[in-house]
Amino acid sequence: MTPYLIELKNICYSYHTLHGETKALDRISFGVKNGEFVAIVGPSGCGKSTLLSIIAGLIKPEEGTIAVNKPDGSLGYPKIGYMLQKDHLLDWRSVYQNMLLGLEIRKELTQENLDYVDELLKEYGLGAFRDKRPFELSGGMKQRAALIRTLALKPELLLLDEAFSALDYQTRLIVSADICNIIRSTGKTMIMITHDLSEAVRLADRIIVLTARPATVKAEVPIHLTINEPSPLAAMNAPEFNDYFNLIWKELNDENSFK
Amino acid sequence: MKTHSNSQLTNQELFVKEHRKHHHQVAAYRILIFIGFLLLWELSVFFGGLDAFFFSSPSRVLQCFIDLTLNKSLFMHIGITLLETLISFLLVLIISLVVATALWYSGKLSEVLEPYLVILNSLPKSALAPLFIVWLGTGMSTIIVAGISVAVFGSIISFYTAFQQISQSEITLIYTLGGDKNHALTKVVLPGSIPTLISTAKVNIGLSLVGVIIGEFLAARRGLGYLIIYGSQVFQLDMVITSIILLCIIAMGFYKVIQYIEHCIKKKLLK
Repeated sequence: MTPYLIELKNICYSYHTLHGETKALDRISFGVKNGEFVAIVGPSGCGKSTLLSIIAGLIKPEEGTIAVNKPDGSLGYPKIGYMLQKDHLLDWRSVYQNMLLGLEIRKELTQENLDYVDELLKEYGLGAFRDKRPFELSGGMKQRAALIRTLALKPELLLLDEAFSALDYQTRLIVSADICNIIRSTGKTMIMITHDLSEAVRLADRIIVLTARPATVKAEVPIHLTINEPSPLAAMNAPEFNDYFNLIWKELNDENSFK
Repeated sequence: MKTHSNSQLTNQELFVKEHRKHHHQVAAYRILIFIGFLLLWELSVFFGGLDAFFFSSPSRVLQCFIDLTLNKSLFMHIGITLLETLISFLLVLIISLVVATALWYSGKLSEVLEPYLVILNSLPKSALAPLFIVWLGTGMSTIIVAGISVAVFGSIISFYTAFQQISQSEITLIYTLGGDKNHALTKVVLPGSIPTLISTAKVNIGLSLVGVIIGEFLAARRGLGYLIIYGSQVFQLDMVITSIILLCIIAMGFYKVIQYIEHCIKKKLLK
């Protein structure tokens, strides 16, 4: 038995064109425990998004396996929630209808699930915007609406693909902490990709550093920040913050050596 | 206070006033051009500058309109042309939606058919009309097919292009929510393409009318196209010009109707 909710073993993936093969992922192995927050950082274009798509089951790895070990002992792949770079709320639907999109697609519009969405709406401060159109919301509210759309499907594992990168810096600090608090409070597991090292240190329990293409796991860094309140500023002011930041920076750069 | 004549208006009211004034001016110039044109036309004929036999005149058009209504059942001809245009327009919409959806589903199919679509789209469709007459006879079906042939290929290409311009990440969103290609079509691609579908429809109704008139030139005993050809053959140019003016009004009417439908859909979509 592994201690992990899901465990990647020797995942390999290549892109093929007529000009040849580009190896994107090379024997990637790591595990994620139930309830853990893992951030994946790596140089641009190293195949982070590809890795996330493989975990989500959107594409199949060419080699390697993913082992699953759910805490309740049930078989089957954990239910995945995926958050993309932009919120992609559909303009022709109201905020509420947008949140039901996943349930509609999976034909799970049961009373229980509808009540759950209503509950989430109220809990996360969007109750008053239920019948508004997405363009009437601020960037942070849109990202929250997108989170509710994802949570409505009751996922066990959340994947965030640069989910905050479309927001301006100040909003991003607040919204990323906000959304991670929500996910943490529901006890879900999360894997996030980010370019922002400070974001990774602030939010994750463990950071996985990938090398440039073909990506391999360069280092795994567990993060323990001493903070007394869950705010982004508190995390940045934690005494360990700078050491972690420098460590990850070094891991990334002696690979990359910034030409 | 007395120094400014508009001192009781706020800036907002001034802005609204300016805006209204602009719109009234545009409307006034439009009407002025129309009346000026009619006057110039009528007077040139009246003072002998233009030969009324060839160029008709507004009063003769009006007289002709009344005669045609009384003796030649003008409204039957108008009705036939309208009906044929509407049927071919609706068929164009249905055919191009179905074909564009099929092309969207199968990348291979669209790649295979691309050169054929391009050729058929650039082919002058009036060249096909004689063939339709031989194949389908001189009835209404020939004319409807002629109307379809003018609009349908461009419409397929526009619809398909609209489908392709839907952002790939919105389609990825559907997949991340557990959907498949059918969901991507019904939840994102079709609703996201509605603005393009409507603007294509605006072009299509005009093209269908063009096709129907070509068809009526060659193969009809009824309709405005027939009246134009008949009028030119018996040198009743009043009849020709009256029919052309009626076509202008029909084209404008179609455009307005689609504009109204567009307005309703937009209102419904955005609250």
